[in-house]
This record gives sequence, structure tokens and C-alpha cells, in this order.
Amino acid sequence: MGWFGAERWSPYTVGIGIGVLSWLTLLLSDKFIGCSTPIARVAGMIERLFRGEKAASRPYYKLFPPTVVWDLMFLIGILFGAFISARASGTFEIRWVTDLWVSRFGDAALLRVIVGFVGGILMGIGSRWAGGCTSGHGISGTMQLAVSGWLAAICFFVGGIITAKLIY
Amino acid sequence: MLETLRKNRRARLTQGFLAGLVFGVLLEKGGVGNYDVILGQLLLTDYTVLKIMLSAVVTGMLGVHAMKSLGWVSLHPKPGSFGTSIVGGLIFGVAFAVGGFCPGTAAAAVGSGHLDALFGGLAGMIVGSALFAAAYPELKKSILDTGHFGRVRLPELLKVNDWVVVLPVAIAIVGLLWWLETAGL
Repeated sequence: MGWFGAERWSPYTVGIGIGVLSWLTLLLSDKFIGCSTPIARVAGMIERLFRGEKAASRPYYKLFPPTVVWDLMFLIGILFGAFISARASGTFEIRWVTDLWVSRFGDAALLRVIVGFVGGILMGIGSRWAGGCTSGHGISGTMQLAVSGWLAAICFFVGGIITAKLIY
Repeated sequence: MLETLRKNRRARLTQGFLAGLVFGVLLEKGGVGNYDVILGQLLLTDYTVLKIMLSAVVTGMLGVHAMKSLGWVSLHPKPGSFGTSIVGGLIFGVAFAVGGFCPGTAAAAVGSGHLDALFGGLAGMIVGSALFAAAYPELKKSILDTGHFGRVRLPELLKVNDWVVVLPVAIAIVGLLWWLETAGL
């Protein structure tokens, strides 16, 4: 099976790997990793598809144009990388719910998708409102000692912990 | 050659994809493309997420500041304000607990076969981003610039050399990770 076929790696291996990856993306691409910006670009692309150029001319899409750039390829890469990794360990499986969810809410896929969708909408709003996500602020921002990164990351966890405790 | 890698469009797109590929593998092997692991962290029963993030931050921080000191790179801190970082951060936190995903982990989850992350998570995130984009002009006028502090970094705020902050923060992070391990968390 080998190390690539392993189901899990130590969080320290993964974390150090992400750190080293960040060195390389900065040195070679002059980029820090981030995942919410490409989502905003896809939103712009879809809006443009449905509502034409009028939608695409929103001021926000001037800041984050709906074009195929480094960060969009990065997000697409994640999909493929996770797939290859899951296949290598034999853990790729089509599924809709996970154990913790089922223990609290049952195994109905529709409910999970609806709640995931609502959570997703809030995440789309929150990540763009904060100007980044766990990668962009939580890892890239904090490693640069950016005040925006540290403040956002702390609020991610404060908001998340309080909400999780309320739900469960 | 660095100039070409950084500037040439095809080189950039290829690098982005390869970097994403590696990140996707790391996220999947880390187990974070999973509702249970994310909620486990927020419920403070599973510290995988924090261990990964802190390890990444300490490694990344040391390396990028070393490269900055050598003059090889420039940093790109994001601008912020209380209106964006705090308000947006808290909304993000609520979303994180409700959905159990953020953009990167949702993408990793989809890659592992979790279809709720595709039809629920990513689809919702795209809609949410579009809603934010639509509301942006009004939000910008009202709250987004409240308490604006710009692209400031901690060393600049404290008016010290980078390493005066980097080294203590690195030690603190390693200390926290060591404590988590010894506490059996």
C-alpha cells in the first residue's frame, strides 16, 4: 500500500506539508494559498451565464474578476488531489452523511443537503465578508502575521465553537 | 526563470493546479474533508484541525519570513477592518458549524465522494458569494470599512523587526502543540 496509500497521515505531517507548500507557492508563483476567492469567481461566472454582462459588471466582480487564474486552478486541483488520495487508500465512497450527523439528525440525505446548502450560503457570505477562509486567513494570513488573518481566524473559531455547542 | 514562472500565464495556471493537487492530497490524508472532523474540532473533542493549522502556520511562518529576509519574496497581507474581520469572521464561524465545511475542505470532501459537500456545501457557497457580491456596494458604505486597519502586520503594529514576533509566536505554537499532545487531546 505504501505511504501514499495510507488512509490518514499525522496532522503534523499534513500541517508541515501545507507549510512547505506555502513556501513553494510564494517563491514560485508569488501566491499564498486561499480557497474562498475562486468560489467568488465561479459565482461571477455563473451569474454572468444566467444574467448576462449586467451581472458581471458588479463592482465586486471588478475586484475579483470571474476569470480562470491561479486560485481557480488551485481549487480545481484540490478536487483532483483529494480524489486521487482517496482512491489510493481505497476510501473513496459516494456518500451523503457522516456518523456524527446521523447520530443527531438521522440519515436522510435530503436534510443533510439542505442544511449543507444553508451552511454553504452562510459560508459564502461569511468568507467573502471576512475577505478569506481558513486557508486564506487561518493559514496564509496568520503565517504572515497579518492582523486581518489573526483577527479573522480567532473569530472563525469563536463563532464556530459557540454555534457547534448550541447545535449539539 | 523565477520571473517566467511567476508571470507566464500557462506556467501560473499549471502551478496553481499542481499546488491544489498537493493541497487536496494533504487535506484528504489529514481527514479534514469531513463533517465529523470539523465539528469534532468545534466541539473541542478532536483537535486534528487545530494541529494541522498550527503546524502549517509555524512551518510557513518561519519559511516565508526567512525568504523575505533573504529578499526572495514579498508578503501579501490582506487588508482588514473590525467590520470585515470580526463580523465576517463570526458569520464564517456560524457557517462552519452549521455546514461542517469551509471552501477548501468542501472541495476535499467532494473529491472523497461526499456529495452533500457538492450539492449542499459548494453549491451554497457559490450562492452565498453571489449574494455577498450583490450586497457589497451597500455593505461597503455601511459596515465593511468600520475600524479599518489596512494590510498591517503585527511587527509593523508593534514597530519591531519581524523576527521579534516570529520567534516567540513559533515557540508559543510549538508549546501549544506539545501541550495538546501531552494532555492527550
